Amino acid sequence: MPDQALSVLLKGRNLERLLGGLGVTLELSAMSIVLSVLLGLVLGLIMTLRSSIIRAICRLWLETIRIVPQLVLLFLVYFGMAKTFDIQMSAETAAVIVFTFWGTGEMGDLVRGALTSIPRHQRESAAALGLTKVQSFRYVLLPQTLRRLIPQSINLATRMIKTTSLVMLIGVVEVLKVTQQIIDANRYDAPQAAVWLYAVVFFLYFIVCWPISLLAGWLEKKWS
Amino acid sequence: MDWDFIHRFTPMYVEAAGLTLSIGLMGIGLSLLVGFGCCMARYFRVPVLRQIAKAYIELARNTPLLVQLFFLYFGLPKVGIRLSAEACAITGLTFLGGAYMAEAMRSGIEAVEKSQHESGACLGLTRWQVLQYIVFPQAFATAVPAICANVIFLIKETSVFSAVALADLMYVAKDLIGMYYKTDEALLMLVAAYLVILLPVSLLFTLLERRMHHAGSGSVRPAEGT
Repeated sequence: MPDQALSVLLKGRNLERLLGGLGVTLELSAMSIVLSVLLGLVLGLIMTLRSSIIRAICRLWLETIRIVPQLVLLFLVYFGMAKTFDIQMSAETAAVIVFTFWGTGEMGDLVRGALTSIPRHQRESAAALGLTKVQSFRYVLLPQTLRRLIPQSINLATRMIKTTSLVMLIGVVEVLKVTQQIIDANRYDAPQAAVWLYAVVFFLYFIVCWPISLLAGWLEKKWS
Repeated sequence: MDWDFIHRFTPMYVEAAGLTLSIGLMGIGLSLLVGFGCCMARYFRVPVLRQIAKAYIELARNTPLLVQLFFLYFGLPKVGIRLSAEACAITGLTFLGGAYMAEAMRSGIEAVEKSQHESGACLGLTRWQVLQYIVFPQAFATAVPAICANVIFLIKETSVFSAVALADLMYVAKDLIGMYYKTDEALLMLVAAYLVILLPVSLLFTLLERRMHHAGSGSVRPAEGT
């Protein structure tokens, strides 16, 4: 049985297509992650402001992304926008918009959490030692913030990579969709290949995400 | 906005929400059991089981639920293992959730200081008694926010079950869009349905966490799935 799957996998350009699909997955994730990190840093800083209006808006943003499933957000942006506002966009664009919207909110909250978790006496001690505001930020606050922030944001990145599998449901041809196509094309010659090919995708995701998770765990342990 | 349409199809959503909730709750219940089992296998360092638990946790946490579901629903029947869509959904959700719950519980247990275990042992308590009377009550307070976040995460994850032809909320919405082209109404009801299910849960958990006095370290609620 596994050799049946192997022959399907090696037939024609199947392997190349599968890896191409993985490329699409990673490309979408990378774009969303980079955008989310950049925007999330800004959002996190904004979230620490004391204005109650800003707080309410941020809170609403956070609750929205935490309550509405990502798949629903994808549908809202991809189908809802087209119908309501006549904004036609590719499924890939919709995916990046949704994942960035979601990632920015989550990242912003991580940044806020990391910033506010530093006890006030750290800032005060730095001031007492005669450090200027810039110096105390650069040498005292920033290193501590980053140590808390980096492992958590790496975890967020693996979550985003995993969540991109949903985009096949709005028609993006990524690794899972390519697998389905390959399986359908070989439905009659190699029906049992399906189970192995899905296992291959399973492990592809695992191979991508596992090292990243390990890195996050390692950094967390090292810096705690 | 076509309110008649919304009125006409609300019962469909209610039914679908029932399915989403019942599968979600069953999956969450089983996840807690699996998670607890894995956590204990690692805590008591049971040989073999401990390694299996670790491998399982890493596998489940680093792969998407959709891929797990496709394997169960489209892959396994080809080698003669046929599961219904419901069984696939519950198995998939438990496979994913068990690993997250195990990690949440482990982090709770690890947060209890080592001196607590040792003091318990000094007092002549057995390992199980230490766990029951000393570790669990303290671990519980730390683990609750993470477990709550996981519960919300798992309920949200049920939205992918539409992909294996289970008539959940997502499926009903897709159906209505396809049949009547009432995209706005169908999506509005979809969002409303998730809000109705998850907003009370989310508020309840926030209250619960406040009572657990866990909000002290800055982060109000841990991100789900961490």
